[in-house]
Amino acid sequence: MTSDAMTRAGIQRQIKLPNSEAVKIAVRSIKIRFWRSLITTAGIVLAIAFLTYVMVSGAIQTFVIPEDAIEPVGLTAQQQATRIWLIAISLLVCVVGISNAMLMSVTERYREIGTMKCLGALDWFVVKLFLIEAAFQGLIGSAVGALTGFIAAILVGLTAHGLLLFPSMPWGRAFSHVLIALVVGCLLAVVGAVYPARRAGKMPPADAMRTEI
Amino acid sequence: MVDTLTEIRHEYAVKTMNVVKEYIMGKQTLRALKGVSIEIRAGEYISIMGPSGSGKSTLFNMIGGLDKPSSGKVYIDEVDISGLDAFELAWLRCRKIGYIFQTFNLIPVMTALENVTLPMIFAGMTTQDALDKGAELLSLVGLGDRIRHKPLELSGGQQQRVACARALANDPAIILADEPTGNLDLKTGHEIIELLRHLNKEKGVTIISATHDLKMLDASDRIIWIRDGLVDKIEARADLDIGVGTLQGEEV
Repeated sequence: MTSDAMTRAGIQRQIKLPNSEAVKIAVRSIKIRFWRSLITTAGIVLAIAFLTYVMVSGAIQTFVIPEDAIEPVGLTAQQQATRIWLIAISLLVCVVGISNAMLMSVTERYREIGTMKCLGALDWFVVKLFLIEAAFQGLIGSAVGALTGFIAAILVGLTAHGLLLFPSMPWGRAFSHVLIALVVGCLLAVVGAVYPARRAGKMPPADAMRTEI
Repeated sequence: MVDTLTEIRHEYAVKTMNVVKEYIMGKQTLRALKGVSIEIRAGEYISIMGPSGSGKSTLFNMIGGLDKPSSGKVYIDEVDISGLDAFELAWLRCRKIGYIFQTFNLIPVMTALENVTLPMIFAGMTTQDALDKGAELLSLVGLGDRIRHKPLELSGGQQQRVACARALANDPAIILADEPTGNLDLKTGHEIIELLRHLNKEKGVTIISATHDLKMLDASDRIIWIRDGLVDKIEARADLDIGVGTLQGEEV
């Protein structure tokens, strides 16, 4: 027992992966796979643009005072229901699209993950790298998406209301919708990457390297 | 390059006892290893020979702690690695063992230098030290002028040299090479073998190489023949009589 403890003293515990290094590796990995990550990010952009558009144009419809009215007409019960449906569908598009993109971008790199584990990466190094990468893609994708959706909603609002849109435009509410869409995008990107990254992290290196996609 | 690894060096770098590995494929159980016991001394250059499907790659994975045996024990420096947790196993892979693969397995998005420094970053080295040492190792393998190149901008032989430098990153006691010359032409394969032999002589690194390349035999101290998941025979180089080229190791 004591001799066992003594020989094991030679073995230490692997613990380190500095955040700065992890961020560097993740950023580089996004940059170098630019076109591949663009497709992944495009999925996020589209989904978030749709979500933002639906929410912001809903706010415009609800609060902007039309030319021939004194106060906003608001939405009818049916419009309200349609709007909730649209938001639900766009969220669904987000969940499916983003998690699929993340799943693919992790599984196509099993061999790389196996290699990293051979070099001494712990399971959570791998998870960490992929989550940082996903968070970046989520952030960039949702920022672009939210902006696109917002601009689209304003343009559509302008065609409906003309310049009268601006005096009664619910800016605060619109921005909070943009913020919600941003958070949803980042969250979904990270959540979508957790499962495949954890699975990849847990694989014995030999299996990970044998996997062919 | 005196460090803790040399201080705690044991007589046997690797020892396996009755290692069995079974793969379950549907209803069938494939016994890739059927009880392999070998002992490899520190500083030896060992070739594991055998036809494809003989179980040598499986044995390689067992010795490297890349996969767990179904039964039996593997000792690295007298430590039973089945008793190690994930943190200790990662430490072992990071510091004690350097791996070289048939398919190079460099990380495609990183430059040669970044590939070599990655294990050092995992080992907790500061970035500047890692970069310095990485450049040094790359010039040791003859790629001093290519450190900024990505793997795809390098030839197969050059990629394998990067892999050798990466394997050396944390001054491992053991280098495990799984068919290191398998994807290379004769001449480049020869260069890699010489490089390994050189590292073995100069740095005293134990080299264990799975191969079916006869050129490798000339370089090795002992050859372990694996057949059908069992050790067929173990030969010292002196007992060998095959006329393949010259004895490359002798020039050193």
